[in-house]
Amino acid sequence: MLVSTNWLSTYVDWNELSVEDLAEKITRAGIEVDGIINRSLGMDNIVIGYVTDCVKHPEADKLHICQVDVGGEVTQIICGAPNIAAGQKVIVARPGAVLPGGMKIKKAKLRGEESNGMICSLQELGIEGKLVPKAYAEGIYVLPSDVRAGDSALRHLGLYDQVLEFDLTPNRSDALSMLGVAYEVGAILSKEVKLPVISYKASAEKAQDYLKLTVEATEDNPMYVAKVVKNVKVAESPQWLQNTLMSAGIRPHNNIVDITNYVLMEYGQPLHAFDYNRLETKEIVVRHARVDETIVTLDQAERTLNDHNLVITNGIEPVALAGVMGGANSEVHEGTTTVVIESAYFAPGSVRQTSKEVGLRSDASTRFEKGVDPNRVVDAAERAAQLMAELAGGEVLGGSVTFDELDKTPERIILSPDYVNNRLGMKIPMDEMKSIMDRLQIPTEAINGQLVMDIPTRRQDLRIKEDMIEEIARLYGYDEIPKTLPVGESTPGGLTPYQAKRRIVRRFLEAAGLSQALTYSLASPKDAQAFALETAPVTELLMPMSEERSVLRQSIIPHLLDAATYNVARRNESVALYETGSVFLGIEEDGLPKEVEHVAAVLTGKWVNHAWQGESKKVDFFVMKGIVEGMFEQLGLLERIEFTKATVEGMHPGRTATVWLGDTAVGMIGQVHPTVQNERDLQETYVMEMNLRVILETAAEELFYTPVPRFPSISRDIALVVNSDTSAANLEKIIHQAGGKLLKSVQLFDLYEGKNVEDGKKSLAFSLTYFDPERTLTDEEVVTVHSKVLDALTVQANAQLRS
Amino acid sequence: MKEQLHELKEQVMEKIKQSNTVKELNDVRVAYLGKKGPITDLLKGMGKLPAEERPKMGALVNEIRESVTEILEERKEVLEQAAIQEQLAKESIDVTLPGRPVELGNHHPLTRVVEEIEDFFISMGYEIAEGPEVEKDYYNFEALNLPKGHPARDMQDSFYITEDILLRTHTSPVQARTMEAKEGSAIKIICPGKVYRRDSDDATHSHQFTQIEGLVVGENIRMSDLKGTLDLLAKKLFGAEREIRLRPSFFPFTEPSVEMDISCFKCGGSGCNVCKKTGWIEILGAGMVHPNVLQMAGYNPEEVTGFAFGMGPERIAMLKYGVEDIRHFYTNDIRFISQFHRAEA
Repeated sequence: MLVSTNWLSTYVDWNELSVEDLAEKITRAGIEVDGIINRSLGMDNIVIGYVTDCVKHPEADKLHICQVDVGGEVTQIICGAPNIAAGQKVIVARPGAVLPGGMKIKKAKLRGEESNGMICSLQELGIEGKLVPKAYAEGIYVLPSDVRAGDSALRHLGLYDQVLEFDLTPNRSDALSMLGVAYEVGAILSKEVKLPVISYKASAEKAQDYLKLTVEATEDNPMYVAKVVKNVKVAESPQWLQNTLMSAGIRPHNNIVDITNYVLMEYGQPLHAFDYNRLETKEIVVRHARVDETIVTLDQAERTLNDHNLVITNGIEPVALAGVMGGANSEVHEGTTTVVIESAYFAPGSVRQTSKEVGLRSDASTRFEKGVDPNRVVDAAERAAQLMAELAGGEVLGGSVTFDELDKTPERIILSPDYVNNRLGMKIPMDEMKSIMDRLQIPTEAINGQLVMDIPTRRQDLRIKEDMIEEIARLYGYDEIPKTLPVGESTPGGLTPYQAKRRIVRRFLEAAGLSQALTYSLASPKDAQAFALETAPVTELLMPMSEERSVLRQSIIPHLLDAATYNVARRNESVALYETGSVFLGIEEDGLPKEVEHVAAVLTGKWVNHAWQGESKKVDFFVMKGIVEGMFEQLGLLERIEFTKATVEGMHPGRTATVWLGDTAVGMIGQVHPTVQNERDLQETYVMEMNLRVILETAAEELFYTPVPRFPSISRDIALVVNSDTSAANLEKIIHQAGGKLLKSVQLFDLYEGKNVEDGKKSLAFSLTYFDPERTLTDEEVVTVHSKVLDALTVQANAQLRS
Repeated sequence: MKEQLHELKEQVMEKIKQSNTVKELNDVRVAYLGKKGPITDLLKGMGKLPAEERPKMGALVNEIRESVTEILEERKEVLEQAAIQEQLAKESIDVTLPGRPVELGNHHPLTRVVEEIEDFFISMGYEIAEGPEVEKDYYNFEALNLPKGHPARDMQDSFYITEDILLRTHTSPVQARTMEAKEGSAIKIICPGKVYRRDSDDATHSHQFTQIEGLVVGENIRMSDLKGTLDLLAKKLFGAEREIRLRPSFFPFTEPSVEMDISCFKCGGSGCNVCKKTGWIEILGAGMVHPNVLQMAGYNPEEVTGFAFGMGPERIAMLKYGVEDIRHFYTNDIRFISQFHRAEA
């Protein structure tokens, strides 16, 4: 909403403030003023000129040499506009003037001819092209002949004006009109609101004699008022009206249309003007459209309608799309002599639906959608009739053609001051509350210690007691509200164990060198299930914005790989990222997808990079595995996890494992398949993804202290040659079983395949530590158990001992 | 023999002087004082001397041996010192060479903001509540006083999955769910999470972003409590010298509704490019829980009141750290993410 402060001052006197202070007060009271537009934009030295002579420039086809009277002085100006002609009154920027956009006007020579200034279009004065009357859209602006050369053009165009840009919240549709703004400003400043005085001399002829009205769709159109004005002369509007409309962001057309728009902005009541003769039938019928009925609207587009779209018809065919746009067939035009003014209440839901379906949002539809003031429907029609009489020479027929089933009674709200103060934490006296209501011009009485308020229909946002608390508080001043903290029982607060452990996982992964990524939940169908631990029917959006973001992900890995590719392409060659977030699997009984929190990570490039000391190591499977093990260690679950070789689509078949937590497969870890790496422009890349929800919901092993050993332990190293496919985990298991209680730990310290080891075999070396917490072990005891271990390895794993 | 001894002493002294390393010195010691050395030989030969000379000669030999030993020790000390000095000189390094970096990862800047806010409210007795990102229309809209047909729930603006299920457009459904679950008892929660809107991604819009909201419900919760709480939050996030101001605003789920501005942390309120010359920066929206919302969740709005507030961690991070483009938060460029780990104050 654009509010011209000049126009505003005709309804409320705000002038003891600066515009800046006015804007600040309005903002602080609840309507945010986004900006103040100074329409004169610092321009000066721009006058009205009279073109006394205009000839073609001898050296340039498109230029004219004009002699211009700029007030007591005739000066030569070269003009390139196609519509320049002798006898016109025009806007002249004289030498020294600065135009918006920074253009400085100087004396100049154009193709050898002197030019002392510039003849301007409205656009050159900073008026948006879409607001410039169509006749002048492509050239200079021509002023009426009765203006005086030498006068200030800016003053004539009403540009010495400052316009407030309102950022209205959806509830404040009352401020979508100048009168509504005036009531608001009046309340803030404790000033009277001056309403327009409507008076005109009506003709003896009656509107009813000219027009018959039938409203069939009474629910969507509970009130319809039509007035008839005859003998109008369609012409350009007077300058002040054009100026006012442009200040409000509306393009002037002709006096009839401009008057309907002016009243729309003044009262917030959209009006429509029909050419009476073009209606042909002398009849208006408001009904729902028939399926596939069509109308060509004012913008010349043909719209196909449905049976819930409300239309105004002439009894035969639609002549307007109710509340949205008029029809081309009944449009007011230059030859129009008799006008039908429509002022109506169309149901907000109906207008919203139609406006959305046909893709048309207009100043009218936005107001109907929010509900116009039922008590202004008649006033607005009368106001338009008055202006048509005054400005278009019209003769207003007596009375109007009316259908009215609209409830116009005010809502009553009863409020106790305690209720207000208890909710605000304040002690505002009752008479102060009453005086705020007076400022708002809300009729209020204090009865038995209660405020009884009858809410005017212009304030449709005020419906419940809390709405009135806000009115009181905002006008009393939010600054006056004290700062307190909630009192009452204090609560412990804190993270749930799940949330606390999630933070542990994040901190661990960061300490391990991985940075936290944040990727999108929406993915392309191609990526939706890639690498997923578990797949389920994909959840698709009804109206995606792009294929790439059309379904919900079932794995985090694809987007982490995207992030890796993005970084590598920008020479961040070593990437270590993790993410915790939801994946979305199928649909559960309550209709929602099963949302499961996962943790995933990606590693590529170097893991250690400390080149000058010769330390550099590429990422490998065991780097990722160590991170995963460390994570489980932090969660007290390390003892319960196991890795088994796995085949997963998109992963390297020899370098991928399933991660088990007890009997549950909770995750996957491994190298991305080389083909996939290539497709994604990645070198060797490792990923992992775990079902974080299951992991965090698993209780940790109890944390209980193990006594620090008082007796020494004894270590024995063994080197084994086994078949290549024997897993290290299997060997460790055998060692542990045979070693029993005395075996404290087993650690692999060497792995070798190749020269000196037979083909199909590999050599592993373990360090075994024996220990008894109660005493020092004897050599014989160790020898006994150690040889049991060796025997077990020989028998169960066909291991050969290497000396 | 006496001369022999003195000559020997001279000889040893000379050898000691010539020794330049601890090893050479040790060789001298072994050669002269050792079991096979000349002094031992001399002592062995004492038997051949007349008895009366023996004590005298014995004393002389011992004296020489002691003095040689002493000098040997002195020399050893000197040589050891020299050896250490030499070693130290050799071990000297260029201390300006780069250290071995400790490779830590970083948390995401939005996590940093969210956890700072979470921890602040935890210290005031709040719990953290979470809920599904794919939500029922009922919790996302209806239970929040946005009935069907309300303009704010346009299909164009939300990612619907079916007519009744959509990606949540705010974290407020967590509030609705919590109120429903608490069945009339008091609530103090913070709800962080991802939300989705049908926006094209650009410098200031992201179809996925984060929100963090708070909700307090109980007997006698007042608007002044909201103001006091927000004031503490503003000071925590943007510095103790921050002032706040509340402006009336509108949200369907609160009444009265407010927007909170903080005094500009860059210029202190005198006006700069961060606050667009106004001295104030809009940070969050808040209000008293709408009676309809309380009622739908089973609370009696005549007896129980509440306040709620919500903000965007992206906006807070952008303001605090001067980030100009919201897309940075979702691009995962390491050069961006790696900047948000260190202490701020």
